[in-house]
Amino acid sequence: MASVTLEKINKVFGSTHIIKDVDLSVGEGEFVVFVGPSGCGKSTLLRLIAGLESISGGELRIGEQVVNDLPPRERGVGMVFQSYALYPHMTVYENMAFGLKLAKTAKETIDERVMATARILQLEELLHRKPKELSGGQRQRVAMGRAMAREPRILLFDEPLSNLDASLRVQMRNEIARLHHRLGSTMVYVTHDQVEAMTLADKIVVLRDGRVEQVGSPHTLYQQPATKFVAGFIGSPTMNFMPAELMEGSASGCQVRAPGLGELALPQSGDDQRPGAGLTLGVRPEHLRLAEAEGNNSFEIVNVEYLGNEVYVYLEPKAGDTLLIHRSEAPSRWKVGQRVALVPELEHVHLFDGNDKALALAKQSQAA
Amino acid sequence: MNQYQLIKLAKRVGLYALIAVVMVYAIFPFYYAVITSLKPSSELFRVDFWLSSLDFTNYVQIFTQKSFVRAIVNSIVVSLSVVFIALLLGITASYALGRVRFRGRTTVMLVILGVSMFPQVAVLSGLFEVIRSLNLYNNPGGLILSYTIFTLPFTVWVLTTFMRQLPMELEEAAIMDGATPWVTITKVFLPLMWPAMATTGLLAFIAAWNEFLFALTFTLTDSQRTVPVAIALISGGSQHELPWGPIMAASVTVTVPLVVLVMIFQRRIVSGLTAGAVKG
Ligand SMILES: Nc1ncnc2c1ncn2[C@@H]1O[C@H](COP(=O)(O)OP(=O)(O)O)[C@@H](O)[C@H]1O
Ligand SMILES: [Mg+2]
Repeated sequence: MASVTLEKINKVFGSTHIIKDVDLSVGEGEFVVFVGPSGCGKSTLLRLIAGLESISGGELRIGEQVVNDLPPRERGVGMVFQSYALYPHMTVYENMAFGLKLAKTAKETIDERVMATARILQLEELLHRKPKELSGGQRQRVAMGRAMAREPRILLFDEPLSNLDASLRVQMRNEIARLHHRLGSTMVYVTHDQVEAMTLADKIVVLRDGRVEQVGSPHTLYQQPATKFVAGFIGSPTMNFMPAELMEGSASGCQVRAPGLGELALPQSGDDQRPGAGLTLGVRPEHLRLAEAEGNNSFEIVNVEYLGNEVYVYLEPKAGDTLLIHRSEAPSRWKVGQRVALVPELEHVHLFDGNDKALALAKQSQAA
Repeated sequence: MNQYQLIKLAKRVGLYALIAVVMVYAIFPFYYAVITSLKPSSELFRVDFWLSSLDFTNYVQIFTQKSFVRAIVNSIVVSLSVVFIALLLGITASYALGRVRFRGRTTVMLVILGVSMFPQVAVLSGLFEVIRSLNLYNNPGGLILSYTIFTLPFTVWVLTTFMRQLPMELEEAAIMDGATPWVTITKVFLPLMWPAMATTGLLAFIAAWNEFLFALTFTLTDSQRTVPVAIALISGGSQHELPWGPIMAASVTVTVPLVVLVMIFQRRIVSGLTAGAVKG
């Protein structure tokens, strides 16, 4: 178990700058998840930690040791690959023992470690099978076992569940979470699936175009997204965004007008914004209420999705072409074609400035 | 029987007739060689397609010739060495060409392919000088060297293509497990590359085993010769007699091992040759 510290880490492939000035610290025993859209550099960042890619700039420390120039085997990291990458010609036992053998570990120790790992992952029955005789979930566990057998200081996962079907994914997600509780080892996990990130992480790192967009606990990211990007990425269904105009702003709150919604008094501090500034108003589907249409506050319902326990109501927006979503407990009385008024819960509304940065809450309402 | 069934039957008959023609065309020369080798020399020029009796005098004659036995040993040594060296170099080269990113990789691949297109005759005199200066004239070493030169391009190409198809993550998993490139090649890649190695190895073996021009040019004495040359130099009792019986017996003797090898490896050869074509 060890901590990982990234200081101004950069990675350049040829002439493309992929990872840009990433600062990050992963505490001992922490479960950190890198999340972001495909191509944002999550895997690259993980591979930099693993030592599979060379670091172009910055400093990487594992524990107290600078490991920039250490090969993977000397960094004490284990990695689980997306495709599992098990050795096809070796049995489950040999797969897990391979790294230990290469490290010239004594035979009894190898046996001990492999058996212990197999017990934790419930692989004891499968030790003499070849990978092709295993199911997807079992292969996944063997891949984890292989990474764990050498007792690395840090375990790295690159989208380990993306090759599994939906139900198995939920099950394996649970197993990984329980594994982390039991072992308490430091884990860094890459996924593009925000649900995986939310459910597994102690700390989520949202990446965008090779930069860290926001770091925080799942709770923080959900409640206080620092940017519009994070707000839209975390949470499902996604947050509703509407253009809004600042009428009046002070240190204690601000008054904004959004088409359809009318004027709203919000708890964000509008101090550093000029009146008339174009803002974006964000509100999650569960923080909207629907009411009878009145005056200008009238949105058409274009689709209603019934999910059993809850209902999603899709509404035609006043601006742009992304449908607005309302979410409520089932049953719901709303029908397609109806016109309704939208009433946001003001204490749960987010505001973003012209640069998509979130406006901070005003002082006294934060205390409240 | 209606018309449809008739057409189907006709197609079937046609297919088998075609197969029969191809079979006869491909196998008849070999079959006739076997027959001839088992006839006494007195009956040699009577054309018949079935054996009336077995006569092994031709085989006895060639196997009592010391030089022929010696030639077989030479051929085995040369062919196996070529296969071994070509596979060893081929595997390591294919790792570099298939896995390591470096400037000019494509150029190297194209040069390798280009080299394999030269006809043997074109390099004969140059190679002769090389072999003489290395002191390998009239020595199986010279043959091993020259055959390897002609076998390597093909070996490297096939193995490189095959190596490229092995998933990158497999190699990275090995790196994470602490494997050096050499360990990765021998412990992870080699076991997965047997089909490709069997194919290329066998083709290298056949090429070396049957090669005539270099074998004739680069050897001088009976004791250094390989089988194809030895067979060509089998001579009869007089200048005007061609000893067909012993020649056929010798040809059959050296062909049988190849046939057996191909039979053993045929599944692997097919899977090796089609490895790139269809994704498994
Ligand atoms: N070896 C490489 N050479 C050049 N570009 C690469 C290499 N590996 C990744 N990239 C580029 O880096 C970017 C980020 O890739 P990656 O880290 O795999 O994204 P993801 O977040 O989907 O895992 C992509 O645009 C990809 O094309
Ligand atoms: Mg990735």
